[in-house]
Amino acid sequence: MADKVIYAMYDDDDVLKDGAKKLVSKGVKISEVFSPFPIHGIDPIIGIKNTRLGIMAFIYGLTGLTLATIGMRYFMVVDWPMNIGGKPNFTYLQNILAFIPITFEFTVLCAAHGMAITYLLRNKTLPGMPAQNPDPRTTDDKFVMEIRLSENSKYSTEELEAMLKETGMIELDQKEIK
Amino acid sequence: MEFTITNKAKTLTVALMGAGLLFTVIGVIMGMNDHHFATRLLANGLINSFFFFAIGLGALFFLALAYATETGWYASVKRIIEAVAGFLPYGIGLMMITLLTITFMDGAHIYSWMDPAATDPSSHHYDAIIDGKSAYLNKTFFWIRTVVYMAVYFIFWRGFRMRSLEEDRIGGTDLHFKNYKKGATFLVFFAVFSSTSSWDWLMSIDVHWFSTLFGWYTFSGMWVSAMVVMVMTTLYLKKLGYLPKVNDSHIHDLGKWTFAISFLWSYLWFSQFMLIWYSNIGEEVAYYVMRIENFKFLYFFMFLINFAFPMLILMSRDAKRNAGILTFVGVVILIGHWLDVYIMISAGSMGAGAKLGLLEVGMALLVAGFFIRMVLTNLTKAPLTPVNHPFLDESVHHEI
Repeated sequence: MADKVIYAMYDDDDVLKDGAKKLVSKGVKISEVFSPFPIHGIDPIIGIKNTRLGIMAFIYGLTGLTLATIGMRYFMVVDWPMNIGGKPNFTYLQNILAFIPITFEFTVLCAAHGMAITYLLRNKTLPGMPAQNPDPRTTDDKFVMEIRLSENSKYSTEELEAMLKETGMIELDQKEIK
Repeated sequence: MEFTITNKAKTLTVALMGAGLLFTVIGVIMGMNDHHFATRLLANGLINSFFFFAIGLGALFFLALAYATETGWYASVKRIIEAVAGFLPYGIGLMMITLLTITFMDGAHIYSWMDPAATDPSSHHYDAIIDGKSAYLNKTFFWIRTVVYMAVYFIFWRGFRMRSLEEDRIGGTDLHFKNYKKGATFLVFFAVFSSTSSWDWLMSIDVHWFSTLFGWYTFSGMWVSAMVVMVMTTLYLKKLGYLPKVNDSHIHDLGKWTFAISFLWSYLWFSQFMLIWYSNIGEEVAYYVMRIENFKFLYFFMFLINFAFPMLILMSRDAKRNAGILTFVGVVILIGHWLDVYIMISAGSMGAGAKLGLLEVGMALLVAGFFIRMVLTNLTKAPLTPVNHPFLDESVHHEI
């Protein structure tokens, strides 16, 4: 479905935030905001749900913990019982203290890498992927608000533009997307 | 907004102190004929004066940390940190009384190195290891150190408090930058003193044993205890309708600190335990052998509630914003850290004869009641929001 997107550029994050508040109170749906740094408090204004990355971090951590336990039990107890520092590994539980640092490290490793990769995949920002932001200046010192016409059927393009102009934006751009 | 203690809180703190006193008196009468009684009583004095003194000190450290790092978000809860740190003068008093009594009783079997016989080669109580340590562990040098620690803590506390109240009157950034410098200076002193004071007051109870991690372990314990007291005080004031400028994000941040410092404590406890367990040297494992033999359940139960409870319960974002959950975890780990201090002190001084009876519980309740009352009294002495703090605006708009 063809859609029309309006990009409004701001040079101050507070102006953008106040503008977004005004627009949302009039029932405008803002689909995205691009900024060079996280704008605190913008998420609830434009209605972005809380991230579920934390839940994934927990699952990755649990995976790491399980893998480390299974791995070490196999290496150190089942396959080739080792005697380190006069502490023979007859059972895993007996020497569990020696295995905790590695379990901890591997849990952190899996959680951190899993989170980073998930984050990059989910945002489609893996190295080499085409850029998603509409204007390269949003990686420097400008802020862009994206409004899709299909999500705001009760307003016309002209009405939306008029409302945006009142919010203190500095540049307006439109694009047709497929 | 000025805070006034509610009648309910007044009654409850008095009731707590009354019940504590009653239990203590019953405990004293019941245990009086035991010939280890003096040691037990003084060990209890040390446990409770150190535990509550350490909460005040932990709060003072947190305040200095916030000044030195020019933290913004904490400005609207700053008076709560100050009120908890305000127990410090009373805590110093309690510590001084206990330590003085112990010194006059030649260590009272708590600090066995204070006993003159231990360093006298002609005595059959002569202990070569203690004698070897006597250049550091002797009454004179111990008291020089103790007085220096207390004086430094008190002077910095007084300075922070005075400048904080002055800031309310005159404002400006001069005081802020002065606090910044003083905060950093305090941290330098505290970095050394937190370690050496824990060796003097706690580690020297097990005089043959030493661990370089001990100072950090004690310090992280006092920090997390101070943290949960601050969280609970904030929640209590919020519940009464004070602190309109403290929002969920502040509570969330305090909860995060509790979560993180619980981990720090568990990490240090475990590191000390694991290293000693692995190397398995007689002189080192003696410390744990005695604790596991005499306090097996309590020792591991204490570790479990101080580690697993905050880890599993406070992990999610919603839990850190929920007053009920935070208070529950706070009370549990406060008891957990009291048990930690209890085992630290009574295992070394009483050994197998250590008890956890009416006397122990009574004295803890007595000092706890006094502590709560003093923190609440401190809250009444200044407006709950520091009106001229340069970061107040940032703190009011804190959002995470």
